[in-house]
Amino acid sequence: MNKTFNNKAWWLVLPVFLMVAFNALVPLMTVVNYSIQETFGNNEFFWSGTTWFEQILHDGEFHASLKRQLVFTGLILLIEVPLGLAIALCMPRQGPWVSVCLVLVALPLLVPWNVVGSMWNIMALPDIGLLGKGINALGIPFNYTRQPISAWFTVVLMDVWHWTSLVLLLCYAGLVAIPDAYYQAAKVDGARPWAVFRYIQLPKLKHVLTIAILLRFMDSFMIYTEVIVLTGGGPGSTTKFLSIDLVQKALGGFDLGPAAAFSIVYFLIILFLSWLFYTLMMREEAK
Amino acid sequence: MRKRHIVLTLYIVFLMLPIYWLLNMSFKTTNEILGGFSAFPRDFTLDSYRTIFTDPTWYNAYINSITYVVINTVISVMIALPAAYAFSRYRFLGDKHLFFWLLSNRMAPAAVFVLPFVNLYSAVGLFDTPWAVALAHTLFNVPLAVWILEGFMSGVPKELDETAYVDGYSFPSFFLRIFLPTISAGIGVAAFFCFMFSWVEMLLAKNLTSVAAKPIVAAMTKTASTSGYELGLLAAAGVLTIIPGAIVIYFVRNYIAKGFALGRV
Repeated sequence: MNKTFNNKAWWLVLPVFLMVAFNALVPLMTVVNYSIQETFGNNEFFWSGTTWFEQILHDGEFHASLKRQLVFTGLILLIEVPLGLAIALCMPRQGPWVSVCLVLVALPLLVPWNVVGSMWNIMALPDIGLLGKGINALGIPFNYTRQPISAWFTVVLMDVWHWTSLVLLLCYAGLVAIPDAYYQAAKVDGARPWAVFRYIQLPKLKHVLTIAILLRFMDSFMIYTEVIVLTGGGPGSTTKFLSIDLVQKALGGFDLGPAAAFSIVYFLIILFLSWLFYTLMMREEAK
Repeated sequence: MRKRHIVLTLYIVFLMLPIYWLLNMSFKTTNEILGGFSAFPRDFTLDSYRTIFTDPTWYNAYINSITYVVINTVISVMIALPAAYAFSRYRFLGDKHLFFWLLSNRMAPAAVFVLPFVNLYSAVGLFDTPWAVALAHTLFNVPLAVWILEGFMSGVPKELDETAYVDGYSFPSFFLRIFLPTISAGIGVAAFFCFMFSWVEMLLAKNLTSVAAKPIVAAMTKTASTSGYELGLLAAAGVLTIIPGAIVIYFVRNYIAKGFALGRV
């Protein structure tokens, strides 16, 4: 759409601008403030320069949770994107079942995140949970409060349960938007299902897949509630991801300086990712 | 065709299993739950639900949650509407930067904002009120609403605006009487997403409240940790948190896929 240039449009954006500025800038300034100062309480602050940043960037714990975070996010993308795409192809496009399937599939997305955690917590209990008991009955030792592998398995499975539907719904929206004429042309040419997928559906889904991958990337990068309820970051600290590490430092330890520096490094990573996302989206839209 | 049905059915069964397990537990007594594994409740009981509906700390927590979610949804959609219109129709100084800045807040980890939010909302005297949580949640809901609405509005041809102005409509009357009804589906979807993301969020909701405005998500974690493990009660409370989502999802079922694509399909 060709848009007209009009600076009066700022008046329409002003409420949103003020609201988000209040919520984003004030807290961000607080964090920046803490990250470069040292405090001994009593609201007395001393300039500490980049000490906290150096400390956090050389902190083994931070490195470990960053590494865990990257492995987790990688796994999530490798599983959820192909699975969501595959199941979207299985969804009915017309008929009475469409609504039923859509509602059922979307349900996990509406469960409060702590309930997701509790749900899988009780599901995976080794003695009385369906999943835990089931796996143990197969002869595989499973105990997510003791074994890191079981804990990781449960956390990943939980996330697949929770978020694959997001990828699915995005792909489904993309598939429904493909005009019938494309399929008819393929039929006339005698194209096989694989060719239809490869040369018609996949290219048309590029846009929604970009959104899906990047949303999943960023949201899994911030995962907190589900994991803290399910495993509490344990056993030991084997499922301690970035957000958990940060909240422990900020609220638990009252280590304001390092926590604030952590926040800023974390936020910069996310900001970079958002920028990447935005540029990719805009390039897509410009086409 | 057959194979597709099987795959889809398996996936839906996988999605329903944990929900079934939660439902199953909510109808059991705590003794039966801890007593051993069983796929169906033997002593079917509604005690857990009865406790929740009679104990004020429980049902007030539900009321608190719904209060801030509704306040948040109303504020977010109302201020996002004009902004989305501006982004979809006009170019203006700094528009692209502004849009990116809004977007970056949708991506901001809540963990980064917890501590400063507690300071900020304590300073303005809103700590432990539904308003604190409602306003804090606008951080990610306003950008989301702007984004979804902008997607829907861009789908409306600009000729609509121009014809209305030729017909002598002023901007406010055009916006309220013609434009808003045209994109009512988009408004519904945006409201749904604001409702949803405010309803499922816990970290901010929990830390911005203490007693008076304690939301259900916080009430649940506290029960789970203090009174040993009252699994039946926890499960029943969980089931009750899924119901509002299931109800609202029914209303937007035909648009939900488009909504997740941020109106851009």
